[in-house]
Amino acid sequence: MIHTRREFMSTLVKAAGLLAAVVTWPRVVWASWNTQAFQAESLDAAINAKYGSMPIEDSDALNLKAPAIAENGAVVPITVDTELPVKNISVFVEDNPSPLACSFNIQPRMAADVSVRIRMGQTSNLVVLAEADGKLYRTTQEVKVTIGGCGG
Amino acid sequence: MRVKASERNGSVIVKMLMQHPMETGRRKDSDGNLVPGHYITEVEAVHNGERVYHSELGPAVSKDPYLAFTFTGAGSGDTFTVSWVDNKGESETTDVSIR
Repeated sequence: MIHTRREFMSTLVKAAGLLAAVVTWPRVVWASWNTQAFQAESLDAAINAKYGSMPIEDSDALNLKAPAIAENGAVVPITVDTELPVKNISVFVEDNPSPLACSFNIQPRMAADVSVRIRMGQTSNLVVLAEADGKLYRTTQEVKVTIGGCGG
Repeated sequence: MRVKASERNGSVIVKMLMQHPMETGRRKDSDGNLVPGHYITEVEAVHNGERVYHSELGPAVSKDPYLAFTFTGAGSGDTFTVSWVDNKGESETTDVSIR
């Protein structure tokens, strides 16, 4: 039972604290975002942060669809697909300030066929890496950018 | 967010369009101040308690992200959920019914 104003206030504060904790508790907690890889400022550093030192092999089995010329670097449509049994596909823009653009974790029921629209600050190589059997498969394509997508 | 999903030959083709500024953290406003980064970091889709899509995005993904993928094991009339979370902890979840 609450007998005094002090006890009442104390209970109130505890209840408010509990409520705040519940409300601010993130509803979606995934936290697998690779901070180091996304913040790396060179292609090699980004690949190393993402995959370590796995062997890399150029492969025709990795299909990258991207425009040869992108008039607007703010929206460059990309599709990657492959028949390889890949676990992960990552898209890097070599000359962006942070090269890693996005990474797809292929799930058992998910096809290795993904599309995304990305920003390119300037004409650059697109490098796509896919991880399968402890190896990285790579495909590279240059995209010429007329108007950069990272300006204000 | 807007999500369209349709089944064809046993595969569900999903197209997602999210409304999000995707601020890179490198842009300056009209006063010359850096606009803080604000971007979606992860997107996932779940069907029957099983994850059928997961991507990690960085600030180089375009404003109002468009993402597409394909998964199997669901059919016309089934529902699944799509969620995103951003670097400020904001999130959005939506139920999608397969056409």
